[in-house]
Amino acid sequence: MSNRIVVATRKGLFTIERSGRGRNPWSIARTAFLAEHVIMTLPDSRDGSLYAALHLGHFGAKIRRSSDGGETWQELGVPAYPEKPADDDQKDTWGKPLEWKLDRIWSLEAGGLNEPGLLWCGTLPGGLFRSTDHGATWQMVEPLWFNPKRKEWFGGGADLPGIHSICVDPRDSRHVSIGVSCGGVWVTADGGATWDCRARGIWAAYMPPEQKDNPNVQDVHRVVQCASDPDCLWAQHHNGIFRTTDGCASWQDVSNLTSLSPTSFGFAVAVHPREPATAWFVPGVKDEHRLPADGKVVVARTRDGGRNYEILRNGLPQEHAYDLTYRHGLDVDESGDRLAFGTTTGSLWVTEDQGDSWLNVSEHLPPIYCVRFVSAAG
Amino acid sequence: MPRVVFTDNLQRHVACPPCEVTGGTVREVLQAAFAANGRARGYVLDEHGAVRKHMLVFVNGEMIRDREKLSDPVPAEAEVYVMQALSGG
Repeated sequence: MSNRIVVATRKGLFTIERSGRGRNPWSIARTAFLAEHVIMTLPDSRDGSLYAALHLGHFGAKIRRSSDGGETWQELGVPAYPEKPADDDQKDTWGKPLEWKLDRIWSLEAGGLNEPGLLWCGTLPGGLFRSTDHGATWQMVEPLWFNPKRKEWFGGGADLPGIHSICVDPRDSRHVSIGVSCGGVWVTADGGATWDCRARGIWAAYMPPEQKDNPNVQDVHRVVQCASDPDCLWAQHHNGIFRTTDGCASWQDVSNLTSLSPTSFGFAVAVHPREPATAWFVPGVKDEHRLPADGKVVVARTRDGGRNYEILRNGLPQEHAYDLTYRHGLDVDESGDRLAFGTTTGSLWVTEDQGDSWLNVSEHLPPIYCVRFVSAAG
Repeated sequence: MPRVVFTDNLQRHVACPPCEVTGGTVREVLQAAFAANGRARGYVLDEHGAVRKHMLVFVNGEMIRDREKLSDPVPAEAEVYVMQALSGG
């Protein structure tokens, strides 16, 4: 069971620890990078390293690593896009030439247990990068970037397309599934040498009828993989919830609106590490609103693969609450009992009973981008 | 020799004391400044050597025109200021 959470926010990185006594033992134990825009953080359970991806508005994207739990930090390399060929005429959604430049880091994941020091990094405008030296240097995964279908990707919430989810199969580290907004789910079985778009069954309400089933236009907001059953992945999509049980070969729409009421819109999803049919979501009113329904913050939980959902609200504000949870703002620990989620209004909640009741850690943090448990092992 | 001065806000992340360097263009001058301070380069220029979107470079008070190739001339005794734009951050 994890007793530590790292929280990346608009104004710094916060470490939350379970060290107190009484009803709510969770509190802020440490801060880092105060005032800086910390987009992503990765506690690497393989060696105990803690990574932070910063977006310094004027000075660009940076990555730092701490080997002492966040006391001191070392600056690492950052992904670099190759020079754009003179004859490449790809345009962005607005008809302007697409720049081959690192716009921002959006995801950071550890490689497999057999790959110490290997990291994956997803970025905008759609490049995937790999490091084999703990982030000191980065190499673009060129077969994906130069795949002609990559040019069909377009921006979802952000202006540019980006890779927000990277799932490394615990059975075989060469098997990696990524989520792209907007570009569906892409899978490699050979460490990145070849890629396929695998989002069949996911459909888009925001596209014209002839395009709605195109796997490569799907705005999956977040994809997570069950640690003990890696063929089971969950996707919180722009217009619903989808699940695969065959390693992304096919996806089923499990947006059961009857029990998921009031909404199937959201960004975040977490799956139980040992129970592939159990997953959690933080729903909101759909795209043009992006608010909790009726000002009530709730978490949706299914225990049967999406046939039924329970709405969990014990300990969460039920009037005039306008918290939105971003795609990396919900996490579950390795026990499957503890979850935490953070919101755009700086509220952070933890549960120790799979969501039956929630404890508020703070209502005054900066806007929260990413919440991750630090493994008890790491 | 041209003198290069960096915005104070950059010092929060990377020490960049003013320096005097040789060079006849912005590219040569910044290249010389970053030769002794490689870490600062990525804070001012992007991966292709262009000035970052939200950074500005002035030569004797004039904003440079060529933000991609940095070809603006730098007179021998010029002051080169590397500043933040008011947009972005």
